[in-house]
Amino acid sequence: MEVYLDNSATTRAFPEVAELMTKIMCEDYGNPSSLHMKGVQAEQYLRYAKETFARILKVQEKEIFFTSGGTESDNMALIGCARANDRRGNHLITTQIEHPAVLNTMRYLESMGYRVTYLPVNSQGCISLGDLQRAMTPGTILVSVMHTNNEIGSLQPIAEAGELIKRMNPNTLFHVDAVQGFGKAKIFPRKMGIDLLSASGHKIHGPKGTGLLYVGEKVKIQPLIHGGGQQMNLRSGTDNVSGVAGFAKAAELLYEHYEDDVKRLHRYKHYFMENIRKMDGIRINGLLPGAPDGSGTAPHIVSVSVSGVRSEVLLHALEEDGIYVSAGSACAARKPQPSVTLKAIGVERALLDSTIRFSFSVYTTKEEIDYTLKAMYDKIPMLRKYTRRR
Amino acid sequence: MFTAFLIKYAEIGIKGKNRYLFEDALVHQIKFALKKCEGTFLISKSQGRIHVEAQGEFDYDETIEHLQKVFGISGICPVVYVEDEGFEKLCDRVVSYIADVYPDRNKSFKVHSRRARKDYPKESMEINADMGESILKAYPEMRVDVHNPDILLNVEIREKIYIYSETIAGPGGMPVGTGGKAMLLLSGGIDSPVAGYMIAKRGVKIDAVYFHAPPYTSERAKQKVVDLAKIVSAYAGPVWLHVINFTDIQLYIYEKCPHEELTIIMRRYMMRIAEHIAKETGCLGLITGESIGQVASQTMSSLIATNEVCELPVYRPLIGFDKKEIVDISQKINAFETSIQPFEDCCTIFVAKHPVTKPNVNIIRRHERNLEEKIEELVQKALDTKELIIAE
Repeated sequence: MEVYLDNSATTRAFPEVAELMTKIMCEDYGNPSSLHMKGVQAEQYLRYAKETFARILKVQEKEIFFTSGGTESDNMALIGCARANDRRGNHLITTQIEHPAVLNTMRYLESMGYRVTYLPVNSQGCISLGDLQRAMTPGTILVSVMHTNNEIGSLQPIAEAGELIKRMNPNTLFHVDAVQGFGKAKIFPRKMGIDLLSASGHKIHGPKGTGLLYVGEKVKIQPLIHGGGQQMNLRSGTDNVSGVAGFAKAAELLYEHYEDDVKRLHRYKHYFMENIRKMDGIRINGLLPGAPDGSGTAPHIVSVSVSGVRSEVLLHALEEDGIYVSAGSACAARKPQPSVTLKAIGVERALLDSTIRFSFSVYTTKEEIDYTLKAMYDKIPMLRKYTRRR
Repeated sequence: MFTAFLIKYAEIGIKGKNRYLFEDALVHQIKFALKKCEGTFLISKSQGRIHVEAQGEFDYDETIEHLQKVFGISGICPVVYVEDEGFEKLCDRVVSYIADVYPDRNKSFKVHSRRARKDYPKESMEINADMGESILKAYPEMRVDVHNPDILLNVEIREKIYIYSETIAGPGGMPVGTGGKAMLLLSGGIDSPVAGYMIAKRGVKIDAVYFHAPPYTSERAKQKVVDLAKIVSAYAGPVWLHVINFTDIQLYIYEKCPHEELTIIMRRYMMRIAEHIAKETGCLGLITGESIGQVASQTMSSLIATNEVCELPVYRPLIGFDKKEIVDISQKINAFETSIQPFEDCCTIFVAKHPVTKPNVNIIRRHERNLEEKIEELVQKALDTKELIIAE
């Protein structure tokens, strides 16, 4: 049995997405910039994609820009806005638990002379609005806060932060990295004071190499990629028609059954956590106080620390049974240093290297969860028996 | 301008009646190395020379790069072949050769001719003198220096006439396959690929064994070892990599033996298993990357303990090398970047904080008796389930 529970790393594409993309690549392969019929056909797909995202986000079509993925969207938002607005100040604010696509871009901006404040988080992985308020200065150009944390599934108070930022300084831009949240939550930039929003295709059963950046129409931003002037000169390069159409198709399908899916995922998450807790030496990271069922956190992410077992070993042990999970987060798994997020929420040292992440998708079934639980019950006592003696 | 290479070999030139075996092996290795290059090549053997001639389009730099990985080659000389159309024509060809190869001619030279075809009308001394004169006439800025010339212009008169003046160093050593075969214990670290490379250099074909310990070591750690075997195969030819699942043996030792001796006892079983496969596959020795004192299991006392379980000789080419020296070779053979990828190997997962550095063989043997009940069965199972990967 193959049980894929690493959906925060990437997801299986919907078959409809693959079909549509094959059709576009093999039949409607024109370049939307071409004047002839082939180009016009291809352009239809771009229009369809923009309409879809505009409808889902309740924004205008001209505010949707397509990129190569979440990382590019984040880079474009942060660097593009920092450069375009540097006459208004040189201060940026973010959190300590952002994805490296934001954190390392912020470090790059620091090296270019910008000042960056990194907001701490509490043990549930949430920033405090008080901290945000105190960090804001008249020279704050941009605040970037992730919607859903990729490692522990904590949710940030986006709407409240947006309201606070706009109240304190209407000129300060608000960027939200919603790579993990898009498709799992309803996000409406206009209602939430969001000026820029990043999302990614392959996290929602779409293709890899696709992403979007919502850019509010009044936002001043500079392009990072120069060339043929596509996408209103903000992001040059031949439009990735099949990718963009596949991404839109995935979003469309996902939001069709949104309410049921999210409810079901929450139920599974609760069930999974309840049963995992039956073992000794287990800690579930990032839950809100008084909400052991996981309410108020992402429906699809469960971060579990298993004392006395190294995460990589547990990961490979589960793999032997066909269960695929992640050690910390996939982006961090290939680096030896422990996760910034887990450290920031105060996970004790001994558990930092004993934490694995389960992430569900709409494909996840109750049967798969039971199978995984059984594997955990079987393997953990054996793995605890053979640990490195100190 | 060059489309052919004259291959020089040093050591194999002196192998008496076995010489043809060495030459054939070298031709074989050159063919294998050039299979990965763009173009087709005619490789031939005549009169104590090996010739590599490109047939049509080829990439000069890539060809040299691949030839430089063939053990047994001491030098690669880009060569021009000309037909014998009389001495004057030959002098013209030599003059134009110099124009093509040396745009800056403010240099000293010496003509060194060999007359293998004794019916050629001039003797070699005459050829040297007369050709030197033609060159000086064509290029007055050049001068003759018979002791230490900038350009040593070789002219060999055979069926055809060869003109060459540059020698690109080869890797030396002996053609792989002439020295038998040995089993390399490949761990994924820096040392073992270097050890394999060094023994291959002496003409030895390399097989390898890797001990895999899932779930404690990952699929990527295994992939890394396959990659390293491929790097070694660029020099040693295809490497047969035997992958042994070592987890059960390791856990059993962990359970039954003192923790400080875990690594030593583990290594003794690795040597036993490696030797078993070695004998089965016709290997004449084992190869390890050990260097005295590098880690606890490589002190002289530890080496006694790991050495005594084998009958075959264990070759340890790095035994007197410092880490720095090993790293230098590792970088030279392009293995270093792969070797330092941070995946855990099976030697480090359960390692004790203070492993024994001076193990007493009698005590080790006594503790190994704790394993009597199941160990043979586990070793047999590991051998039965071994996986073979051919890295090339």
